[in-house]
Amino acid sequence: MWRWLIPLSVVPVLGLLAYGFRVNPRDIPSPLVGRPAAPFVLRTFDGRDVSLESLRGRVVVLNFWASWCYPACYEEAPALERSWRAYRGREVSVVGVAIQDQPDAARKFIADFSLSFPNAPDPDGKVSVDYGVYGVPETFFIDRAGRIRRKQTGAVSDDLFRREVEKLLGEPA
Amino acid sequence: MIPELGQGALVVGIVLAVYGAIAAAAGAQTGRPALIESAQRAALAVFALVTACFLLLAYAFLTFDFSVRYVAHQTTLSTPFYYRVTAVWGALEGSILLWAWMLALYTLIVVLRHRGERDLYPWALSVMLGIIAFFLLVMTLPAPPFERLTPVPADGRGLNPLLEDTGMITHPVALYLGFTGFTVPFAFAMAALVTGRVGDAWITTTRRWTIVAWYFLSLGLLIGGWWSYHVLGWGGYWAWDPVENAAFMPWLTGTALLHSAMIQERRRMLKLWNISLVILTFGLTIFGTFLTRSGVIASVHAFSQGSIGAFFLAFLGLVLLVAFGGLAWRWDRLTAQGELDSILSRESAFLLNNVFLVAAAFTVFFGTVFPLLSEAIRGVKVSVGAPFFNQVNVPLFLSLIFLMGVGPLIAWRRASIDNLKRNFLGPVAIGLVAAAVLHLVGVRSTLAVLTLALALFAAATIALDVLRGTRARLRTGAGLARAVTGLLLRHNRRYGGFVIHLGILLVALGVTGSQAWSVQTEATLKRGQAVEVAGYRFRFEGLSATQESTHARVVGTFAVSRGGGAPIVMRPSKKFYRQEQAPIAGVDYRMGLTEDLYLVLGDFARDGSAATVKVLVNRLVSWIWIGGLVLTLGALLAIVPDDRAA
Repeated sequence: MWRWLIPLSVVPVLGLLAYGFRVNPRDIPSPLVGRPAAPFVLRTFDGRDVSLESLRGRVVVLNFWASWCYPACYEEAPALERSWRAYRGREVSVVGVAIQDQPDAARKFIADFSLSFPNAPDPDGKVSVDYGVYGVPETFFIDRAGRIRRKQTGAVSDDLFRREVEKLLGEPA
Repeated sequence: MIPELGQGALVVGIVLAVYGAIAAAAGAQTGRPALIESAQRAALAVFALVTACFLLLAYAFLTFDFSVRYVAHQTTLSTPFYYRVTAVWGALEGSILLWAWMLALYTLIVVLRHRGERDLYPWALSVMLGIIAFFLLVMTLPAPPFERLTPVPADGRGLNPLLEDTGMITHPVALYLGFTGFTVPFAFAMAALVTGRVGDAWITTTRRWTIVAWYFLSLGLLIGGWWSYHVLGWGGYWAWDPVENAAFMPWLTGTALLHSAMIQERRRMLKLWNISLVILTFGLTIFGTFLTRSGVIASVHAFSQGSIGAFFLAFLGLVLLVAFGGLAWRWDRLTAQGELDSILSRESAFLLNNVFLVAAAFTVFFGTVFPLLSEAIRGVKVSVGAPFFNQVNVPLFLSLIFLMGVGPLIAWRRASIDNLKRNFLGPVAIGLVAAAVLHLVGVRSTLAVLTLALALFAAATIALDVLRGTRARLRTGAGLARAVTGLLLRHNRRYGGFVIHLGILLVALGVTGSQAWSVQTEATLKRGQAVEVAGYRFRFEGLSATQESTHARVVGTFAVSRGGGAPIVMRPSKKFYRQEQAPIAGVDYRMGLTEDLYLVLGDFARDGSAATVKVLVNRLVSWIWIGGLVLTLGALLAIVPDDRAA
């Protein structure tokens, strides 16, 4: 009877591989979660300055994207815009950072999705290095006290945005 | 129009493939030839339909039909003709189509060669059509090449620029011919299990198929290494990346199969083992596709993901459970066999070779899935890199080189002391002298000395054998040229194998040389400044910029000289693509038998006054590619029709 162990031994291997669907190999835990977010000052595409300091006391959703990042950035852009419109009156700021992008392509991306939250290039890549960005899109949820509370690798959905932001809004400043 | 036509052809193809699989099985079971003939016609129709799909997709690419989503994602209007052709299989959907087409082609050849046979062939045909049906199913559900894109964009997105290379026509084609080729021995092995005729018939029937598949897989791996070497700009050709491992594992088990099949033919041993190996090899080709397409394991190869992973996993599970289930079912017939007479025999040398090859396949498998295992059991993310793979595999490969020398000359059954002396005294002496000489001329790397000495030992056994055979023929009065060609052709399998061994030894030489003696440096140079590496002077002459059809290019000019010789000019570049975040290296290299010069342009000042350059002097790398050519000759020799059998 033990000969049937040969086909049966396949089962745990298959189980392990199936388990692989549930985890994302690119989802690397960020050591920055729980730490104060690195300060930044950025000049947006329409020429205004935006800094983390000026947003202190608000919940900040810091989203790193690029126009060449298809499909994830194209998926999440409408969700981010919708969520930003839904929460803009409630002490929530969304800041987009286009990394390693060409200005024209990035502007076209912003126009295509009618993004109305501030979006800025990161010309020397300093901000993305400070936040340890591996790839795009990555999104950091920063609480009112200026600490990084969650890092999302991959597209942000409406649900995820609502869940994280509601949690952080519920906390005192 | 094209999406509908293609989709229609696919659906009809699935129906026919499933019908053919059932008809062939029913025909085999009931012994009604009409059913088998009907299945053959279905196989022919499937081949025609998949070919039509392929041509339709190619046509869509050539005419920039952006109503096909796949075309829009893989080309732009500026993509040149040549890359529009290779773009057909440049990404997931098209590569599955290529796979299916090759399977259909192999099936067609099997039909042409074996039609009329009664024993194994109908079942093998059934298995092959079933496998084709799976791939066609993948093309209709998770990876549809003919999906429509609405609205139709004015321009497409463009191919990954790394794939704009001549290697992209040959690498996937060779690799897939290898992967799909193992379907044939697998199908015949399954037929053997179903019918209970587990003797040597399936082995002898599929011997050439296995060599062909093995050869294409080897070629695919080598071209992949070549592509990595001259396109990626890191100066290496192999990185133990999961995707590379995915193609290497079936190569290891396939190599084991090639050797152990000889023992079954000769000594009626290892039936169970051979069936297991062919199942493993075929399973690993499916596993490889699963690995590269599922996104389960992180790899530098940024391949697409989606539900396709689940499809392949389910198929892999089905294949392994059914095949190993059949093996357990036929256990009693598979275990009746000859016995090993002595440790000192060719059988045991081949057996050891198999143990080492399968051990290597297992360690590669283990290292590849270990990150998954670690996360599942301990919740810890780890990555397994080159040091692990090198450490466990280098001793195994060294042992294999040693066995490569021993196996072909040691006697079957039981080697006498006399046999050992006669065959190995000379080669062992050559190996020892080589080691001593290498040490004396100052080679300090123990690993390099060991590898080269073992390789020379193995090469000496081959030379000894050829020498003896030729001398025997000369005695019959033939001229030297006729004696050698006569020997090679008369025993083409044996000498084909020897030539392949020589090819592998040359690859080993290249790998050893490049690992042990390559040097590299990185320098930032102002215009007119030079850096010296390994006796060469690399002087930075300046930068220039050009606009090509798909990208902008910044070119650095370097004058390279050695001693007082006239300088040559090398032009490494950086290519900037609209759709890519980072620029792509345009490596410039000069290949040579002893060393390659290899320049990669790094950062540069915009005004062209300074540039960073990575300079590599890679030793003996060319022998890897030469080894590939020799291997090709050997494979050709091994599959030419046996004149003895005629």
